[in-house]
Amino acid sequence: MKPAPFDYARARSVEHAVELLGREGARLLAGGQSLIATLNMRLSHPSLLVDINEVAGLDRLARRNGHIEICALVRLAQAERSAELVQAAPLIARALPHIGHPAIRNRGTIGGSIAFADPAAELPACLLALDGEVEIAGPAGKRTVKADDFFQGLFETALGPRDVLIAIRLPAATHDTRVGFAELARRHGDYAMVGLAAAARANGTKLTDVRLVFFGVGSTPVRARDAEAALAAGDLEAGVKALARNLDPPDDVQATGAVKKHLAGVLLRRVARQLTEAPQ
Amino acid sequence: MTAHEITLTVNGEEVREAVEPRTTLVDFLRDTLGLTGSHVGCEHGVCGACSVRLDGAVVRGCLTLAVQCDGHKVETIEGASDSGAIADLQEAFRTRNALQCGYCTPAMLLTAAELLAGGGVPSRAAIREHLSGNYCRCTGYHAIIDAVEAVARVRAGATS
Repeated sequence: MKPAPFDYARARSVEHAVELLGREGARLLAGGQSLIATLNMRLSHPSLLVDINEVAGLDRLARRNGHIEICALVRLAQAERSAELVQAAPLIARALPHIGHPAIRNRGTIGGSIAFADPAAELPACLLALDGEVEIAGPAGKRTVKADDFFQGLFETALGPRDVLIAIRLPAATHDTRVGFAELARRHGDYAMVGLAAAARANGTKLTDVRLVFFGVGSTPVRARDAEAALAAGDLEAGVKALARNLDPPDDVQATGAVKKHLAGVLLRRVARQLTEAPQ
Repeated sequence: MTAHEITLTVNGEEVREAVEPRTTLVDFLRDTLGLTGSHVGCEHGVCGACSVRLDGAVVRGCLTLAVQCDGHKVETIEGASDSGAIADLQEAFRTRNALQCGYCTPAMLLTAAELLAGGGVPSRAAIREHLSGNYCRCTGYHAIIDAVEAVARVRAGATS
């Protein structure tokens, strides 16, 4: 199908984008790999698209003060090719190849994936697992929101209608950082039936600060806190059992909630193994 | 909804046209410029038939708006084919029956060319993965993988 008519404006700067978003029915356009599909299917009908693709400086990826900052317009493929990212954010590097297909990753952006907040998407779960934060520019200026507070509901985030996500910030990996990632999808590139992004810190043979974030199991990425505690205590079996309490996935077109719960346990076993491996 | 005047380079030639914002890049190429080698399939980014190059990177022509291409460079299968840059790939597709109806072929060629531009001989698994976003309903893919692999070997100077 073809999109319903809308107006189009190119933002010259972040401030200009915020100003343009003041118009009723305006929506931000970044990589467009989800938004334009919904336009084509007439699932959304904005009156104005505010295109930030030409805003200078939003395609940077840099290490700074123990963090890695990834600006909103960094393309997924660009991130995939970044040696800096592999080193500072190995969890993101593991997740990226699972997102869509090469042509989608050539255009899709890091910021778009986080801002769209599809509950079955990989990057929101990674951001939460890494205890990252989101930098936002809005009518009242800039602010920073922790990942724990950012994802609020189904496609619902801390972003207001006139806000622009300008970057995400993640603690850069250190020698004791451990990460794990796995997902189960019917076909490569599809959204996952269930996925798991995990991060922890190695302390001798033990793990501390375990964060297990499942996706495709609810309206937001979901932390499995009892399972995290069990893994920190070195008890994987207890962790798998705890998922019954921590997760309550609804049935969807891909699988029933019961199947998803079972698959979450399968993923936890796989990822727990990855968490014990030191990075190469 | 106002039409926007856009100026872009398509297959090396400068093009100036007025477009409605809602016109996708692939519809613009086909309907306005008559470049019908890029095909419209699912129109939501799944089938890959509309793939074209935007500033050198292969993108979905149905998930990019023509108006966004103002000031940018687009290359379609017509340009890639006329330049001779993928002649070996086209020949390998033909000799190995890597196409039947041909609907997916232009996009398949551009996507494969992008993988091969990285150099070396990718594994069959890597070729499959790189082409996983391009659907073919005729060949069952094996002949396509064969063709891409064969070209990679020839280009790398190896013999199979």
